[in-house]
Amino acid sequence: MAILEVRDLEVNYGLIKAIKGVSFEVNEGEIVALIGANGAGKTTIMHAVSGLLPKAAGKVTLFGKDVSSTPAHKLVYQGMAQVPEGRRIFQELTVFENLQMGYYSVKNKGGFEDKLREIYKSFPILEERKNQIAGTLSGGEQQMLAMSRALMSSPKLLLLDEPSMGLSPLYVNTIFEMIKKVNSMGTTVLLVEQNAKKTLSIADRAYVLEIGKMVKTGTGEELLNDEEIKKAYLGG
Amino acid sequence: MDFLITLVNGLSLGGIYAMIALGYTMVYGIAKMLNFAHGDIIMVGGYAILVFLSVNPILAIVFSVLFCIGLGIAVEKAAYKPLRGASPLAVLITAIGVSYFLQSLAQIIFGASPKYVIIADLGSLVIGEVSISYGTIITLACSIVIMIALTLFVKLTKTGRAMIAVSEDKDAARLMGVNIDHIIMITFAIGSALASLAGLFSLLRVPTIMPTYGALPGIKAFTAAVIGGIGSIPGAMLGGILLGVVECVCNSIPTVAPYTMAIEFAILIVILLVKPTGILGKKRREKV
Ligand SMILES: Nc1ncnc2c1ncn2[C@@H]1O[C@H](COP(=O)(O)OP(=O)(O)O)[C@@H](O)[C@H]1O
Ligand SMILES: [Mg+2]
Repeated sequence: MAILEVRDLEVNYGLIKAIKGVSFEVNEGEIVALIGANGAGKTTIMHAVSGLLPKAAGKVTLFGKDVSSTPAHKLVYQGMAQVPEGRRIFQELTVFENLQMGYYSVKNKGGFEDKLREIYKSFPILEERKNQIAGTLSGGEQQMLAMSRALMSSPKLLLLDEPSMGLSPLYVNTIFEMIKKVNSMGTTVLLVEQNAKKTLSIADRAYVLEIGKMVKTGTGEELLNDEEIKKAYLGG
Repeated sequence: MDFLITLVNGLSLGGIYAMIALGYTMVYGIAKMLNFAHGDIIMVGGYAILVFLSVNPILAIVFSVLFCIGLGIAVEKAAYKPLRGASPLAVLITAIGVSYFLQSLAQIIFGASPKYVIIADLGSLVIGEVSISYGTIITLACSIVIMIALTLFVKLTKTGRAMIAVSEDKDAARLMGVNIDHIIMITFAIGSALASLAGLFSLLRVPTIMPTYGALPGIKAFTAAVIGGIGSIPGAMLGGILLGVVECVCNSIPTVAPYTMAIEFAILIVILLVKPTGILGKKRREKV
């Protein structure tokens, strides 16, 4: 069953048409990837889906409900969380306070400690650094914090925008392992990446985006073995 | 001993400036706008006290605070909210328009001539040959309590944390489920409550009011907010207190007194030259 359905989405920046009619869906339990070169429009799609950017046309359905004009702050209450491009953690708050912000939308106050323990178990470094100002963490630690912050609301659907950007290979592996783990524990994932090889190897299905249009779709494996994709995105 | 009295006076005046500066700085930090009508809330607060003063001073003060909170929220909803996302210049001009609107309205209702607002005759504390008014002491004590309370509110409550988050990264805060409009409304409410209290304490110092009453303290407090680092809550407190002390010290020296205001603004210029973000202001990483 599709829990996220995007139909004929168009997004403009002023007169520039950045997304020119894009459709895709994410089914329950999947890892779906959106790959494309820098500037293809991946982030624009993510922001339009989460309501941070206005849509020029198209329809977004989340868990069967039309959320095309739902304001961004309401979607987390419906079970969708996003780790935005560039991490966007709250630099002036501590690690712990960032995690508190991640729990902002959850009504059940009593569940906070349990959720926190669960996160600390997956990312022990965050517990060690819980009182550190988040802006002073390394890039990889910040990415873990950004992911943990999104997971604090126990989302059913997690949107990840280039989580491996700018990270050392060691951290890239950790992050991809985390994504697999989060997915195996029941969270559906929509993953945007430029790192096509790693992404396609963990994705159930993927869509290929080129200058605002979907040009190809298939299972992760199909696309990994596709000659055109190999040439364009996998370095020959 | 004289100097000590001057210092207490300065700290007390500084507390008033700090309370007003907090409104400027919080609104700037969260709504990213300079609310030049903020000073006029002080004036409205003063007149609001006048309305019920003959009935009961406590009632008058409570009414004033509530009225200012309502006014601050109404101004934000009616004048600023429709301009969210508009150019900063459009918002600035609107704020100046609101300022003139409030002043003219006060003039129509209460007339242009100054009115006495004697809230209570509190008397003075006499120590040996010097004396200091209880109004000054109460102002200082209340402003300290208010500043501590505000600091704790921002640091320890969920709403306070959301305010910091919004001031740092609006979109990231929205993704956490924070309703920006709601946070902006709370910010205006707090700022306006503090401005009305500042009006009350100013009237304890000098018990006359007129429609332009809020203009000068407004400018001074804005200066204080910029000196401390606009957007920074401790910065507004520091800037306000610094400016209040400088003002009282300068005024206590007869040869310097005529230049007090020039000195205050000179401090602003020097600090901005040395540290363009203000004393406690942080240079924020630009976000794309
Ligand atoms: N704020 C903006 N204003 C104007 N154009 C933008 C803006 N943000 C992105 N774009 C343009 O939209 C296109 C898609 O950008 P983006 O969604 O960030 O791509 P990606 O995430 O795939 O790298 C690019 O051509 C980019 O230049
Ligand atoms: Mg991008």
